[in-house]
Amino acid sequence: MICQQCHMREANVHYTQIINGNKVEMYLCSQCAEEKGKLTFSPQLSLGSLLWGFGPGGGADYPGIGKQPVLRCDMCGMSFDDFRRLGKLGCPNCYRVFRDNLEPILRRLHGSAEHTGKMPARMADEIKTSNELKRLKAELASAVENEQYEKAAELRDRIREIENSGKSGGV
Amino acid sequence: MNQKDMQQIPELDVAISSRVRFARNLESYPFSTRMTRAQGAEILNKVKKAMFSDKDAGFGKEFTYFEMNSMKPLDRQLLVEKHLISPEFADGKAERAAIISKDERVSILVNEEDHLRLQCIYPGMQLTEAWKRCDELDSRLDEKLGFAFDKYSGYLTCCPTNSGTGIRASVMLHLPALAMTGYIKSILETCSKVGVAVRGAYGENSEASGNMFQISNQVTLGQTEEEIIAGISNITSQISRQERMLRDELYKQNPNRFEDRVYRSLGLLQNARIMSSEESQKLLSDVRLGVIMGMIPGVDLKKISDLMLMIQPAYLQKLAGAELRPEERDQRRADMLRKNLGVGSLQ
Ligand SMILES: [Zn+2]
Repeated sequence: MICQQCHMREANVHYTQIINGNKVEMYLCSQCAEEKGKLTFSPQLSLGSLLWGFGPGGGADYPGIGKQPVLRCDMCGMSFDDFRRLGKLGCPNCYRVFRDNLEPILRRLHGSAEHTGKMPARMADEIKTSNELKRLKAELASAVENEQYEKAAELRDRIREIENSGKSGGV
Repeated sequence: MNQKDMQQIPELDVAISSRVRFARNLESYPFSTRMTRAQGAEILNKVKKAMFSDKDAGFGKEFTYFEMNSMKPLDRQLLVEKHLISPEFADGKAERAAIISKDERVSILVNEEDHLRLQCIYPGMQLTEAWKRCDELDSRLDEKLGFAFDKYSGYLTCCPTNSGTGIRASVMLHLPALAMTGYIKSILETCSKVGVAVRGAYGENSEASGNMFQISNQVTLGQTEEEIIAGISNITSQISRQERMLRDELYKQNPNRFEDRVYRSLGLLQNARIMSSEESQKLLSDVRLGVIMGMIPGVDLKKISDLMLMIQPAYLQKLAGAELRPEERDQRRADMLRKNLGVGSLQ
């Protein structure tokens, strides 16, 4: 986005002014905002423009843009290009379809692309089980490698047990 | 009275309010960007049912349901002024509703940018309390509605800037001393460097908005809720400490000038016949500072925060029971302030 004051530089400041009780919002470059001496901080915009590539050549190096065929969500029909224009997704499934393309964006936005916080109670069990399985399988591999066959058999039973309980108890 | 006020609510001398909001979406529906009106209505019905017609004893009892398109614009504006709904939400588009707790601390916005926005607001520095109340509501609603979640991206939101925890934790700070001296600039710049957003204006503009600054997290993914709450609590406490030190310092440097500013502003509020919204914000900011410094015995902080709400356009019109032209509002505002702060009203 171009600065609404000088129409030259890229806007990276979200500027708000109250005129006669009405809020007036503008997007300015930092120089113009500084000159006005009424800088309002909303660093989200600068992140946004960085991200969605408003500047010259911006966004050109994102995966999935240009050479590859159009990537589209099979649930809501949104394409990754739509997302780049809007900055918003179409449905929860978009996150799964665009995962590879979204990852660098999420990383840039949040410094991470992996959730570590709260999860729904139903998911918590599922994820705990899958983490437990991952751990047991790693243990099994090392038991086999170290020729601890008794331990390996025990682990194999335990893994089978978890996998089966997941199937029957699931739906 | 104001001593008691300040003891009951943590850090009310600087922190006006603490707010936490959760962004949530239902798994099997498109986001607002791709949603049909029929789908919007379905979501609204599901949420309504989950809140009010489920067997859970007492769950929805403490809430009131407000459908946006059947509300008068003035009533919607009033909810905005009370920070219960966002200005964008108040445009009265169909299939939107706000479900608000009787104590007006919790609001659930249905069909905003995300299907649900759960919001909790507490006075003073009470981010943890606000978060816990939101968290509890979230867990109960998730059982009934099934929120969209993915183990990599966490809670899935319309805009990827909110995904993960979906949490925005913010504290509204009253920073007249930092704003007055210009120190605010470097503090705000530091905030933006560590991924903390600050909303509010400085320079001439900060006075017109009552020297209020909202501090909030930008990162929602890769940190736990506890980390986010702790981070914002920590940074706001640091800013508050600076503000307090500076208030004392300014007073010590020149008590007469400090008192002059406070009493001059009080005098205007007690006597003016026409008062704009901006001017009254600025003056109330000075008076609030005076109350905290113990200079105005007949007024407590509760009264100041009530007045900060009452000077706003929708509230004034609600009070008058009619729509008012801007000039009429300025008169009514002056009358109302005189009545509440006038020499006769104190003590
Ligand atoms: Zn989609």
